[in-house]
Amino acid sequence: MNIPREKLLMMYERMLKIRHFETKVGELFAGGEIPGFVHLYLGQEAVAVGACAALKEDDYITSTHRGHGHIIAKGGDLKCMMAELFSKVTGYNKGKGGSMHIAAPSLGILGADGIVGGGIPIATGAALSAKLRKSDQVALSFFGDGASNQGTFHEAINIAASFSLPAVYVCENNLYGVGTRQSQVRKVKDIAERAKAYDIPGVVVDGNDVVAVYEITKEAVERARTGKGPTLIECKTYRWRTHFEGEPDTYRPPEEVEAWKKREPIAPFRKLLVENDILTEAKAEEVEERVRNEVEEAVEFARSSPSPELEMALADLWAP
Amino acid sequence: MREINYAEALCEAMAEEMRRDPRVVLWGLDVGPYGGAFAATKGLYEEFGPEQVIDMPISEAGYVGAGVGAAITGLRPIVELQFSDWITIAMDQLVNHAAKIRYMFGGELAVPLVLRAPVGGYLSSSADHSQSFEAWFAHVPGLKVVLPSTPYDAKGLLKSAIRDNNPVIFFEHKKLYEMKGAVPEEEYLIPLSEADVKRQGRDATIVTYSYMVGKSLNAAERLAQEGISVEVLDLRTVDPMDEEAVIQSVRKTGRLVVVQEAPLQCSVSSEVASIVMERAFDDLDAPVVRVGAKGVPVPFGHDLENFVLPQEEDIIAAVKKVMGR
Repeated sequence: MNIPREKLLMMYERMLKIRHFETKVGELFAGGEIPGFVHLYLGQEAVAVGACAALKEDDYITSTHRGHGHIIAKGGDLKCMMAELFSKVTGYNKGKGGSMHIAAPSLGILGADGIVGGGIPIATGAALSAKLRKSDQVALSFFGDGASNQGTFHEAINIAASFSLPAVYVCENNLYGVGTRQSQVRKVKDIAERAKAYDIPGVVVDGNDVVAVYEITKEAVERARTGKGPTLIECKTYRWRTHFEGEPDTYRPPEEVEAWKKREPIAPFRKLLVENDILTEAKAEEVEERVRNEVEEAVEFARSSPSPELEMALADLWAP
Repeated sequence: MREINYAEALCEAMAEEMRRDPRVVLWGLDVGPYGGAFAATKGLYEEFGPEQVIDMPISEAGYVGAGVGAAITGLRPIVELQFSDWITIAMDQLVNHAAKIRYMFGGELAVPLVLRAPVGGYLSSSADHSQSFEAWFAHVPGLKVVLPSTPYDAKGLLKSAIRDNNPVIFFEHKKLYEMKGAVPEEEYLIPLSEADVKRQGRDATIVTYSYMVGKSLNAAERLAQEGISVEVLDLRTVDPMDEEAVIQSVRKTGRLVVVQEAPLQCSVSSEVASIVMERAFDDLDAPVVRVGAKGVPVPFGHDLENFVLPQEEDIIAAVKKVMGR
């Protein structure tokens, strides 16, 4: 494994952060403390963390309605995230965006998005902008299997391919678009095959293997940064929870859910790190404890933060 | 003063802004060596090259969305649609993204994007190449909507739109591209959201914009011969609208006709009439009358199209109606 020790530890910690943050968000939603729609990232931690570990801090990402994992993986602060979910003024976006709309431009996070496929052209524009500004940045777009049937997916990838833009397209194939099994509404078996239509590399990777996701993304990012154009990466994964919290799971066989939960991404990674002397069991526990505390602190921060003044609802429409 | 046409004025505005600021880039269908379907980008590719002037595939959602992405990452894109009718394909990127990105993210980002698109009929171009969709965008908080009526306004408003840090939908009328008018050689800007009195009058106000300004001025000239003095107020920007200018003119004349090319239902004229009812009802000496297209798609044949779209005679009849004549 040719990955620096510090990076591996960071990856482990961020996966744990996502796991504990999302578990806590699920509890807070069920308890009525978080309003609105919440789409949890549980089970897909390896995709966000593996992909973002291949990026530099000033590289761009666009995210989705299921975006908490991407924000954390790109370095998002749990306090600002939790406060946003609580609609508090200390949230990333002053409580005006909520769970589906977190942006943190200083971390290259151009925004999570409530429109399926909406972020793909935006990431493509960021890649074009990076190329024209000669800034050496790469733009990576996260989206789901459902988005790959949208026109924006095809239009944007064709543009990026035609102009050899520094873009990476990461499709998280968790098998379901809301409640519809995607194999019923898509003819090709692998979404990565669609790359052929744009004459760019399309690769399938085990989305529950964080090292595999990292290595494939790293290669794609290098291609992008050296002017060789975009890559489409399909990460096969699964969401543990239903599309949104509170939705009854009437559409997935329980044995399928259980089988995927057994293939969860964090424990095997921890084992790998211990086997390679990067982590000890004791150290792993210590990291987990720290992450748990950080999540609790985030909840306390969100609870004790002030709500926005009502007048703030009228601010921020226009840029000066 | 020298005279140039509307397309040349637009082209000059873009060239000046691209020279002034290398972050200003232009893309769309045929904007490169082809020079734009209505010649508004002629010569820009030759001067600025393929890194500032980019030909795109026919993918409106893709390249308008790319404009949004570029605008939030340090560029100031001008995106040209060949016909505004196809803006429907890019609607999600404009309404759900360009318009909301600043607000929804708590002011973290700005979207300095200009979307230029030709509007309007009177060209037998039929239902998919003749529409005027300004009301849709005026309805969306977070988008500015500009429709210049002269070469002078086109240049000054486009320069301001390019320098604005917000998304601006800039609708250019196809019948105006070849219109000639005085445009100074020295640099000037016209602020957005500032209406312009195109003709002073005492008896009635016509509030209008875009190609209907010319028709309204012709109507006003003919009415003057009958002793009716009409003021013609060109909104120039329909959102955010210069409400004060409307109210001021209505207070002066006491009578209002609103003229637009688009169908009347839920339109800019509906908005103007509502504002006047809310803010200046007591100043009105007669009910407001609106002139616009009949509520059908724009038909193809010349006679049918002219029957559906508003004509000078309709404006004259409307003014006479508010005058009680």
